Amino acid sequence: MSSANPTYRLLIALVLAVVLIALDQRSRWVEPVRYGFGYLTAPVHYLAHLPVDAVNGFLRLTETRTKLMESRERLERQVLILEQKVQRLAVLQAENTRLRELLNSSANLDASVLVAEIIGVDPDPNRQELVINKGGRDDVAQGQAVLDSEGLIGQVVETGPLSARVLLITDASHAMSVQVNRNGVRAILAGTGQGNRLRLLYVPDTADIREGDLLVSTGLGQLYPRGYPVARVVSVSHHSGAAFSEIEARPTAHLDRVSHVLLVQAMEPVSGPDMEREPGDAAAGGEEAADAAQ
Amino acid sequence: MQLNSERPAGTGVILVTLLLAALLEVVPLSDSLDWVRPEWLLLVLLYWVLSLPHRIGVLWGFMVGLYQDVLVGTTLGQWALAYALGAYFMLAAYKRMRVFPLLQQSAVVFLLVGSAQLLAYLVQESVGRTLYPPYTILYSAAASAVIWRPLCALLRWVQLRFLVR
Repeated sequence: MSSANPTYRLLIALVLAVVLIALDQRSRWVEPVRYGFGYLTAPVHYLAHLPVDAVNGFLRLTETRTKLMESRERLERQVLILEQKVQRLAVLQAENTRLRELLNSSANLDASVLVAEIIGVDPDPNRQELVINKGGRDDVAQGQAVLDSEGLIGQVVETGPLSARVLLITDASHAMSVQVNRNGVRAILAGTGQGNRLRLLYVPDTADIREGDLLVSTGLGQLYPRGYPVARVVSVSHHSGAAFSEIEARPTAHLDRVSHVLLVQAMEPVSGPDMEREPGDAAAGGEEAADAAQ
Repeated sequence: MQLNSERPAGTGVILVTLLLAALLEVVPLSDSLDWVRPEWLLLVLLYWVLSLPHRIGVLWGFMVGLYQDVLVGTTLGQWALAYALGAYFMLAAYKRMRVFPLLQQSAVVFLLVGSAQLLAYLVQESVGRTLYPPYTILYSAAASAVIWRPLCALLRWVQLRFLVR
């Protein structure tokens, strides 16, 4: 065995690797391989995260009493405010459901939520990805939306048994459909590959989008649930001669500081009134659904 | 003893060193330090190829590369391809490599790591997940060349201490 020509082995390895690359790009047949290796890679991610955990634990132990009391007070105030908002939410939700029933649509906004901790960040500067400590064993599935308390941060692109990878909305290969909360103008929000910058693509120069506008997910494309805040517009610049205006946005979620995230369990696809119509009418129906969502 | 030394031993130790290298690959660093993160797994693999060429070769490289693929979430096969080739080149050069002076060894490591990374970069480019120009991989190849000598000394100590052969 050891006398075998390494060149043959190299050839085998190269062919295998190329086949793997092709299969991984074009199909999901190699997912089991990835899943199997996941048992071996997840512990490494957990271990790499240990020092961070230890430092945080130590900081928590050494917090002063006054500080703890302060934060308790702050949290109590926050709970009070949130409870007051929830009171109104119940009424609004009931009303929303009634209106949706009138419109013959059955979007379920009440998604179940799973909390996960971030245990790793992609070391490759070319990619913006995270590793979280929940995986296939906790029923995390590909395509699930990931958010923090302030807004969307990305989607699950890969599940191992004990961990999962999250593609951030800032990744250069990521784009999603959003709409301006103020007036419902829709656009495509794309990542730039840099930490805190997003771009709105192909926005006509005349579109009504201003600085400070909140962009929320539309649910179109059925990857993300509808109505979650995603980003805030930070600058709009018009160039004479260019067909589209250049619009930059910043994620509402704290992508660089967040330590715990929420996984929104897969929801039924959003079905609006347009589903009932002829295919040709779908676009118009979509507009109406968007208006109804205001 | 003479008979014994023919038998391979210490596979567990090799695996542990590889796992520690994997740990160093994903340990969180600041954004600017990420640019100069050495290719720890490849370096450790290259060391074992260099010192145990009859045992550790292309197929080890392939498997370790596959592991790296899942670890950092790249296209399955991307690093397997690169590491298999890296291990192959080291197999072809290990006799000369052993007598090279320090600087020349580092230069070879720079070339090996750089070419492996270039291959991985090409695959990543073809699936559209690259953002920065290819010369950026040189930073970590250079860091790998710098860290090679101390890493070699450390692994040599491990090898002697735990009788890996």
